[in-house]
Amino acid sequence: MKGRHGLIAACAIIYFFLMLPLLVVFPISLSSAPYMQFPPPGFSWQWYERYLDDPQWIDATWRSLYVGVATAVLALALGVPLAFSLVRGKFFGRGILDRIAMAPVIVPTIIVSVAVYGLFAKLKLIGMWYGLVVAHTVLALPFVVLVMVAGLRDFDRGLEQAAEGLGASRLRTLMRVTLPLLRPSLVSAGLLAFITSFDEVVVALFLSGANMTLPKKMFDNILMEIDPTIAAVSVMQIVLVTIVLVLIGRFGRGLSATAR
Amino acid sequence: MAPSAELRLESVFRRFGEVRALDGVSLAVESGELLTILGPSGSGKTTLLKVVAGFEKPDGGRVLVDGQDITSLPPAKRDIGMVFQNYALFPHLTVRQNVAFPLEMRNVARPEIDKRVGETLALVELAGYDERLPRQLSGGQQQRVALARAIVFNPRLLLLDEPFGALDRKLRETMQLEVRRLQRRLALTTIFITHDQEEALVLSDRIAVMNKGTIQQIATTTEIYERPASGFVADFVGESNIFYGTAGADGVVTLAGGRTLNVARKVPAGKNVGVLVRPERFSNTAINAFEGEVIEAVYLGSSFKIRLKTADDFAVIVRLPARGKLPAVGGRVSVGIEPDEIHVFDV
Repeated sequence: MKGRHGLIAACAIIYFFLMLPLLVVFPISLSSAPYMQFPPPGFSWQWYERYLDDPQWIDATWRSLYVGVATAVLALALGVPLAFSLVRGKFFGRGILDRIAMAPVIVPTIIVSVAVYGLFAKLKLIGMWYGLVVAHTVLALPFVVLVMVAGLRDFDRGLEQAAEGLGASRLRTLMRVTLPLLRPSLVSAGLLAFITSFDEVVVALFLSGANMTLPKKMFDNILMEIDPTIAAVSVMQIVLVTIVLVLIGRFGRGLSATAR
Repeated sequence: MAPSAELRLESVFRRFGEVRALDGVSLAVESGELLTILGPSGSGKTTLLKVVAGFEKPDGGRVLVDGQDITSLPPAKRDIGMVFQNYALFPHLTVRQNVAFPLEMRNVARPEIDKRVGETLALVELAGYDERLPRQLSGGQQQRVALARAIVFNPRLLLLDEPFGALDRKLRETMQLEVRRLQRRLALTTIFITHDQEEALVLSDRIAVMNKGTIQQIATTTEIYERPASGFVADFVGESNIFYGTAGADGVVTLAGGRTLNVARKVPAGKNVGVLVRPERFSNTAINAFEGEVIEAVYLGSSFKIRLKTADDFAVIVRLPARGKLPAVGGRVSVGIEPDEIHVFDV
């Protein structure tokens, strides 16, 4: 029991130091002062109003949302078949493909950004939202593959055999048995891909040009004029990401099961 | 309902690397018959089932259902119902949806599906469990769902892959009888796989004993038990005393150490033979007497199981009706056996 108390204390301290900077954002976003001040001198909704009234902020938010959704869709469309082939396929170069799929996690984002910038500049994709989707998909793909590979490794193929034995074609087996049973993994993979894109700033700095995503707009805002609007935006972003994580916990396959 | 199909395998081979899982297996299952494939693990019986179901392609040979060659037909087109060892119920579907699955795959109309699912669930005594998920059912109930799912589409054959392994003894016996009753009632040609010889004797019309990828003997249950064709079959099915010796003149077999046994079967003199004596066939006759020290004596309710050691070093298992007192360990007991209770097989 004594060791357990120590563990709880350690966790509490870690949480305190990691979470506190995030929590400070909440009171600041409701501050009545025109500048960052803690503790805030009074209460006001003005920074939320300013965010909601500014078309640039709203524009950036929408862009981030649809870029995130498109990234999730594209990353699933590529990552799910890739995971199937990595787990079930037997072909030359499978090991290499496995490592290439994981490469974006290892290569520093700044290097990816510069490389993609060089390429997209030639293709005239800078400032195009779909260019950003392609680049974000590259970053999100490893997470999708990781989650799906773990899900597929645990999948009981006897169920697919049973389905085929009962008269189901390959396609109907996939639609009626395999994919429904993999739904928790699919949910986790899709939401992780969404967050990867929604939070991403480095690639967005290079690629989004004048059509900014939310993180890019926040970054610019900090550089140009620092006022508590940024705190209000942060709060909303934290809330949204928290909702997504709760969804993963509720409907997705637990990340602890994925890490095995 | 159309009469159930007959199945024929013609010298089927299947090799995994160096291992010959199926080494030229031929057999025929008659319409409406329940044939058990009995063998130890690694004997090739599961591979045989997979070849019939279409999950394994044989390296050679043919599989025929009602004379039609289905060797290269995919599993989905074979119309064979199968109950898997772990049942393989779809965990995300309810009992009703599981049983409806094969009908939906055959594009049967909705009202017809509902009707047949209802009938089949009633047949396996699971009416009222329609909306449960498999994980909300007990092992025996899951088994019934698996069975219902395998027969709901009137398959041409039913395959059962050690379906009772996970059940406790009592439930296993109930399910065995129930499966047998259902199989008879539907007159469904059935192949049943097991490594449990007792189960094989209870369930089967005929038994095929497999070892090392070949069929050792295929015969009725009594034939397998009373007149096994080889030492392997004799040893694998039931308790047995097996001796080896040389046949002499006039139905006498000479065993190691010079002991002789009078047997009913005439064997050419000088031939090497195996001799099987079932423990329960011993009596108090003086013919073919085995007299020796009791090494072990166990009371089994209906019988005594006694292990004897004779002066000329024969170890014999004897079962005697449990009347009177259990013989004491270290005491002496004498039993004998009538010549026509001794089975002689070729080696």
